[in-house]
Amino acid sequence: MMLKKPVLSMIVGSVLTMVAVTTNAAEQIKIVGSSTVYPFSSSVAEEFGATTKNPTPIVESTGSGGGMKLFCKGGDANTPDITNASRRMKVKEFKMCAENGVTDITEAVIGFDGIAIAQNKSNAPLKLTKKHLLLAVAEQVPAKDSSGLIRNQYKNWKQIDSSLPDREIIIYGPPTSSGTRDAFEDMIMKAQTKKMDVYTSLYKADKVKNKGYKKYHKIRQDGVYVPSGENDNLIVQKLDKNPAAIGIFGYSFLMENDDKVSAATVEGILPTPETISSGAYPISRSLFFYVKNSHRASVPAIDQYVAMFMSEELIGPEGILGEIGLIALPDARRTAIRASVMSHTKLSLDDLVKK
Amino acid sequence: MSRSTPKSDNPFYDASLNARHFRAKAFKLFTLSSIVFAISFLLFFLGDMVYKGLPDFQQAYIKIDVSYSEKSLASIRQAVDKKYRRVVSRSWLRGIPRQVEANPELMNTTQTRWVLLNHQVDQYLKGHYYKVKAKNIKLIDAMQKEGKVELQFNEIFFTHGDSKIPENSGFKSAIIGSILTLLVMMVVAFPLGVMTAVYLEEFAPDNRWTQLIEININNLAAIPSILFGLLGLAVFITLFGMPRSSPLVGGLTLALMTLPVIIVSARAALRSVPDNIRQAGYGLGLTKIQVVQDHVLPLAFPGIMTGSIIGLAHAMGETAPLIIIGMIAFIPDTPTSIFEAATVMPAQLFTWAGMPERAYVERTAAGIMVLISVLITMNTFAIYLRKKFEVKW
Repeated sequence: MMLKKPVLSMIVGSVLTMVAVTTNAAEQIKIVGSSTVYPFSSSVAEEFGATTKNPTPIVESTGSGGGMKLFCKGGDANTPDITNASRRMKVKEFKMCAENGVTDITEAVIGFDGIAIAQNKSNAPLKLTKKHLLLAVAEQVPAKDSSGLIRNQYKNWKQIDSSLPDREIIIYGPPTSSGTRDAFEDMIMKAQTKKMDVYTSLYKADKVKNKGYKKYHKIRQDGVYVPSGENDNLIVQKLDKNPAAIGIFGYSFLMENDDKVSAATVEGILPTPETISSGAYPISRSLFFYVKNSHRASVPAIDQYVAMFMSEELIGPEGILGEIGLIALPDARRTAIRASVMSHTKLSLDDLVKK
Repeated sequence: MSRSTPKSDNPFYDASLNARHFRAKAFKLFTLSSIVFAISFLLFFLGDMVYKGLPDFQQAYIKIDVSYSEKSLASIRQAVDKKYRRVVSRSWLRGIPRQVEANPELMNTTQTRWVLLNHQVDQYLKGHYYKVKAKNIKLIDAMQKEGKVELQFNEIFFTHGDSKIPENSGFKSAIIGSILTLLVMMVVAFPLGVMTAVYLEEFAPDNRWTQLIEININNLAAIPSILFGLLGLAVFITLFGMPRSSPLVGGLTLALMTLPVIIVSARAALRSVPDNIRQAGYGLGLTKIQVVQDHVLPLAFPGIMTGSIIGLAHAMGETAPLIIIGMIAFIPDTPTSIFEAATVMPAQLFTWAGMPERAYVERTAAGIMVLISVLITMNTFAIYLRKKFEVKW
């Protein structure tokens, strides 16, 4: 009968494929990690594949935390060689790595990423301060009569500060899973609330129950702050449709969409490559990648890839990555970090503990 | 009874008749408007995609002199005249050393070539938003009048893999990746699914166990696909150590997902074969396996194929489980075996949709057009198979 043979050979074939599975997946560099670093990392990967004899590295966007988990899983060939991160490795993650035998790690800083506060281009320029932003997004804010904390009632920018426009507050920003959100909470919220007595006094009164008030960073959930998914293009589209709204997203999306959106100044400073690199613009963060040195012997291409990534043509001020939104490190720091990466400096726990 | 009979005289007159007719008409209108609504959505979506995607099948090129020399090999930007450096694509220039390697006689010559323009100029020529300096626009406009700048068929889209340089990115790796993944899936899911259906339908006794299995199969068909991704990660990658991101793992994961669909449709097809056929077979002294293999299965085959092709089309558009097993990644190289890293068509679209450069908007739309045409072709084929081989009892 007509079916029998092909069906049989299909079964045999599939069994054979299952048996033939071996871990022959070495040699090709495997990179995971932050979605913010992903465009830069994959650009380097592509350049690497196109200009050397090596296969193009695989770059996966798993988020900083997800990348660390995969990276620290162990040392065998099926684990990633490099992980990207839009924040520094956490002490917890370093310990997890060490427990699984991943002890020899080199840290590299590639540059800065600015976080833009932007609005529809048709609006008059918006001048914000970190304080304005905190009052607009926090769930609990200090009462005007300084009687303590109250639920955030601000619905209009004018209520926060009379210098601000008479406009409804509506903010499209990243969701909790995003590194951009972490950075925003760190730099706008925690940096201020940890110094504001109205929050910290609550923590001091009851350190266990009010732990959240030590560095208060709860974002309001009454519909004023709209978490808008990991895709920054979506936020740009929302701003395009709604002139009243403001958005929080990565600097590269601002650069690419300057026909639709314009940046607000924060503390009087516009995000530009210069202001972000010098640290004058207050909301920016460093971008990292981590190399698993134990893989360097079995995947020799890693060294070449890292050398290419750290080169002036890529991460320098006139580099290729600058064209897609990476902000270069200041010259001295760049040179120092390049030297440290090229000599495979081993990352130690002391480096990560905050001083 | 004539129409002129007064209502009062008509013994069949029903006072609610008008209202009932009205309700019937309203209902018909309601059902009709639903379908009009659905179709207009579909047309809007397709129209939008075609409108955005069509320009992508063309790409801007410029006809200029390219010098192949030691100097241009060392620094690729030197290969073209200084005034063109800001408009030509870096990805094209990057390939110059490879060109010389392939044709050594090019060395120390100057050739007139159609050189790929970068995506900003390409967007300008297509009338989209662009960022090109006024000086360069003047240059491009002048060259265009001389016929030295033109839009040519976008070959790159079908011959290249993904790229972070928009004008250099293509769909080929994703197409090949999809083919390999679906091949693995069909090789595993089809025989397993059909054999399971044959056993359950033809051989299994009807008892608690088979009923339990049946319920579970129906349940499996409704499980969110992301769970199959987690299963694939845990079993195929972590336990069996198969290579991450490979079509092998992707295919096996999708096979698990499609298996219930194939089983259910194959069982329905087997059940639709009338019992007379089986009884006649037994009457002639055939064994059970002869009846199934020579008569029931061939008769049910068109139905099984239809179900499998629909399962295949479903799997082709699936992304959620593939995120978990690492197939949504930057993988520009075209895979040559099922063990190499690969990405698939919907995954590629997902990646492009999140890119900041504007040129990717049309790349995404063009990719959607390709994916949808493949799906429509497959569904049409399924319908054709059913119509052609269908046996009416």
